[in-house]
Amino acid sequence: MRHAIEIDGLSKHYGPRAVLERFELFVEPGETLAILGASGCGKSTLLRCIAGLVQPDAGTIAVRDELGFVFQEPRLLPWLTVERNVAFAARSDVERARVKDVLELVGLTPAAHLLPKQLSGGMAQRAALARTLVRNPKILLLDEPLSALDALLRLELQTSLAQIVRETGSTAVLVTHDVQEALYLADRIVVLDGAPARGVLELDVPVPLRRSRTADLTDERIALLAALGIEGRVPKRSHRGLRVVAP
Amino acid sequence: MAKRPAALALSLAVPAGLLIAWFLATSLGGVKTYQLASPGDVARELGALWSNGLLWRHLAASIERVLLGFGVALAFAIVLASLVGLSRPIEAALDPTLQAIRSIPSLAWVPLLLLWLGIGENAKVTLIAIGAFFPIYVNLVAGIRNVDRKLVEVGQVLGLGRFELARRVVLPAALPSLLVGARIGLTQAWLFLVAAELLASTRGLGFMLTEGQQIARTDEILTAIVLLALCGKLSESIMRGIEARLLHWTDGLPA
Ligand SMILES: Nc1ncnc2c1ncn2[C@@H]1O[C@H](COP(=O)(O)OP(=O)(O)O)[C@@H](O)[C@H]1O
Ligand SMILES: [Mg+2]
Repeated sequence: MRHAIEIDGLSKHYGPRAVLERFELFVEPGETLAILGASGCGKSTLLRCIAGLVQPDAGTIAVRDELGFVFQEPRLLPWLTVERNVAFAARSDVERARVKDVLELVGLTPAAHLLPKQLSGGMAQRAALARTLVRNPKILLLDEPLSALDALLRLELQTSLAQIVRETGSTAVLVTHDVQEALYLADRIVVLDGAPARGVLELDVPVPLRRSRTADLTDERIALLAALGIEGRVPKRSHRGLRVVAP
Repeated sequence: MAKRPAALALSLAVPAGLLIAWFLATSLGGVKTYQLASPGDVARELGALWSNGLLWRHLAASIERVLLGFGVALAFAIVLASLVGLSRPIEAALDPTLQAIRSIPSLAWVPLLLLWLGIGENAKVTLIAIGAFFPIYVNLVAGIRNVDRKLVEVGQVLGLGRFELARRVVLPAALPSLLVGARIGLTQAWLFLVAAELLASTRGLGFMLTEGQQIARTDEILTAIVLLALCGKLSESIMRGIEARLLHWTDGLPA
């Protein structure tokens, strides 16, 4: 099967500092991949390279479908209403006709005529999500989209996000620093270690755990949490469903 | 703009005090009329100008010059600032020259303008435009430069080209800076209007000042000054009204 995203030999330096060095990543069509890693390890740089916001020094990035990008902050244009912010991304009459639908999908229909300054953080982030969804991109790049929200709201939006990804059948790459969020939303988790970023751990989230909050801390969760607990060090042995990618 | 009554009363206290002081100074005989006309003289002069139609003639002449000069300045400043703000090569080509021109005290242009354009309307409007241009230009360039890069990235991930980015993200985001520049520019326009009309004119508020001086009529001079103050204040209020209307989306003002 062709990959939705293929990254090979990707390198990016800022001055003498290597953030990405011959980095490799493949994303399957339709999967939700969560990328976990300490702050500053290069997660955003990776996504920004994929989105073309950052020019890599070397390497190839192949993206098979249209991309949508959601930033950590809503980044709404403050002079446009919610509805116009969403319509901002529309390129055709077909997409303009979708504006109302995506507002409905993210639950913002009643707020369509509000200005960004009148929105709560959660509403603003929903609007940003709607703006991305209006083009119906097949691949979503999500750079800590929920990190700025407080805990309850984050849970609520995780649920919305899971539903949207499922309904649209998108491929998603979700950067997060929240292990629970990764376990809840992702089919697969890659843990990065920094400077330069490399995958130190990869986990296929067992099917019963996906989109479920009720599951208690099963072996896999404990294993992952333990692995993350050993600050950046790679666990010596492989757990079930947990394999070391780059020892 | 609706001010609260207390604030309005407070803001009127100082002008009222000045008026009383002026009245007392002239009525108690401390100051001679040929040095300073009394408020009553000024009111009489205003009434006379009103009834013989000269008031409107002078006002209209000045307002027309200010609006023309300001309009020309606004158009040039928007075009040049957009080019300079959006394109590094154009900035490298134009900005040093414009900065050099800006550092020339604008009144130094007067002799040249008189030689080139004569003493007609064109010279006056050009001088006013020069005065109004730079505040608008400088503010808009700074506004474009300071546009939040994060908003620009939103346009970039949506695949907008340079032109679309400028039209849909950068220029709207720079609107507050443009309006601040325009407000300062309009104040400058009034300043340069007086300079232009003092030099050579047969109508206008600046002409009233020169005429008043030549025939030693302080009531006429003070009338012109009062009218200039009112015009300046009025244009400032209008500009602030426009700002409030166009910038209701900024975080500072209530919706
Ligand atoms: N534009 C930039 N210029 C210089 N250094 C940068 C830039 N962007 C990111 N970095 C550096 O690259 C490293 C990785 O950053 P980033 O990808 O944002 O990390 P993460 O998203 O994992 O927190 C950090 O050390 C950061 O300081
Ligand atoms: Mg980041």
